[in-house]
Amino acid sequence: MISDRRKFLLGSARTLGVMALGGLVWSAYIDEATASKLILRPPGALNENEFLKTCIKCGLCVEACPYDTLVLAKPGDNKPLGTPFFEPRTIPCYMCPDIPCVPVCPSGALDEKSVSQDDVLDINKSRMGLAVVDAKNCIAFWGIQCDACYRACPLLDQALYLEYTKNERTGKHAFLKPIVDSDYCTGCGLCERACVTKKAAIFVLPREIALGEVGGHYVKGWETVDESKIDTSKSQITTTKISKERAIDSLNDMKGLLDD
Amino acid sequence: MTKFLFKHRFLILRRLVQISLMVLYIGGNAWGWTILQGNLSSSMFLGAIPLSDPFAALQMFSAGAVISANILVGAFIITGIYFIIGGRVFCSWVCPVNIITDAANYLRRKLGFNQIQKKQPASRNIRYYVLALSLILSYILGVTAFELISPISITHRGIIFGLGFAWAMMLVIFLFDLFILKNGWCGYICPLGGFYSVIGKFSLIRVDHDEPKCTVCMKCKEVCPESQVLWMVGKQSVQVLSGECTNCGRCVEVCDDDALNFSLRTQIGDKK
Repeated sequence: MISDRRKFLLGSARTLGVMALGGLVWSAYIDEATASKLILRPPGALNENEFLKTCIKCGLCVEACPYDTLVLAKPGDNKPLGTPFFEPRTIPCYMCPDIPCVPVCPSGALDEKSVSQDDVLDINKSRMGLAVVDAKNCIAFWGIQCDACYRACPLLDQALYLEYTKNERTGKHAFLKPIVDSDYCTGCGLCERACVTKKAAIFVLPREIALGEVGGHYVKGWETVDESKIDTSKSQITTTKISKERAIDSLNDMKGLLDD
Repeated sequence: MTKFLFKHRFLILRRLVQISLMVLYIGGNAWGWTILQGNLSSSMFLGAIPLSDPFAALQMFSAGAVISANILVGAFIITGIYFIIGGRVFCSWVCPVNIITDAANYLRRKLGFNQIQKKQPASRNIRYYVLALSLILSYILGVTAFELISPISITHRGIIFGLGFAWAMMLVIFLFDLFILKNGWCGYICPLGGFYSVIGKFSLIRVDHDEPKCTVCMKCKEVCPESQVLWMVGKQSVQVLSGECTNCGRCVEVCDDDALNFSLRTQIGDKK
């Protein structure tokens, strides 16, 4: 005969155990499902972590999009379920001046402020991603004249410009190389859509993936604003075993090299 | 025929409501109707009134998101509605998964599964633990944990925005309810059902049992997806006050003795 006390304790332990089991399986799935950062969000989207918290997955942005650019992730897309995204090679963002997808967002996951200038919507402020050129597979880099992406860019000569260089191979032709300026590129993907190669040689990646980061300690000596960094900077000296002697001494130190 | 219609009056009405809502949502996406846009997670009614799933909003809060005024108002409206008419009215009159699980349950009855297994080896309280787990995981992982796996959202979104492999999720629910656990998803596991059970604890519309008329035929308990709420049948003339009752009205329509009927709440708490 099991006492009530024992029954209660065993029952509670079992409940906790099953909850832990379920919780682990569940969180493992969610961790995997939200791991991929290779996803392009609508204009004005918060950063991916905040976006996943805030988006309620209602699809109002998808319904507002006049070009069917935006879709909601469904099972099989291998993206966080129910969240909006777009694939530029299929349908790019056509950069509507009135940005219908953003003001309809009820949760603020698409932030109107981030795509507004003085309370007026400005699609050029959106940063959905960044176009990246695969120079080896871009025929303009081969010397063939193609400016499909350049012509398609809504911020022509700002976000995407052509660099003219001499073609040394022929000696009499020019390269017209497409170069992306990350200060202006919105990541709309019209270039990716326009690219003539079999698989696009210019394509949009999320900015966190496409961009590097220098680190705050570099100072551009040719920019006055950057100079102010020096005023607040602190020097830090790393001391190791060889720091005891002068640098030149450690160069002359033959100890250990001549032993045999 | 009239008898059939009368005996299924609430069932037919429920399917009509469920399908009409679905058509309105599909129209919102496909044909630009402005009656209901969005989906069950959050929608815009008549282009002006926000409606939001309060459980989703709670997970967002738990995950640490800033809740916008729109979501807050929408969740408040939905909570208010279900607080008054019965929390789990959502489950039986709105939720698309209800059609799937009812189909599984119907087959179960017709095929005789219920005869070979009378007692279900699970607790009805699992849903409250899943509910707690949803909020805990949302807090720990910083995402809306249940919303990312919810078969309700997957089904509803699938129907409105394109199915993908959502059919597989529907099939999983169907097979689970058919072969593993009677009313398994809606009656045991679904945290949204658990959430609305709590919301509807004091709701106004309740089924009333008239014990002297009852012949204890138990037809009501056979069709009831939450048969534990009908504990008073043949015993006591009281209202069905448990928040777990979905107000589906199946018991009312199958009763041949007029012993069960919809009524307004007359007392506060459930005696049992």
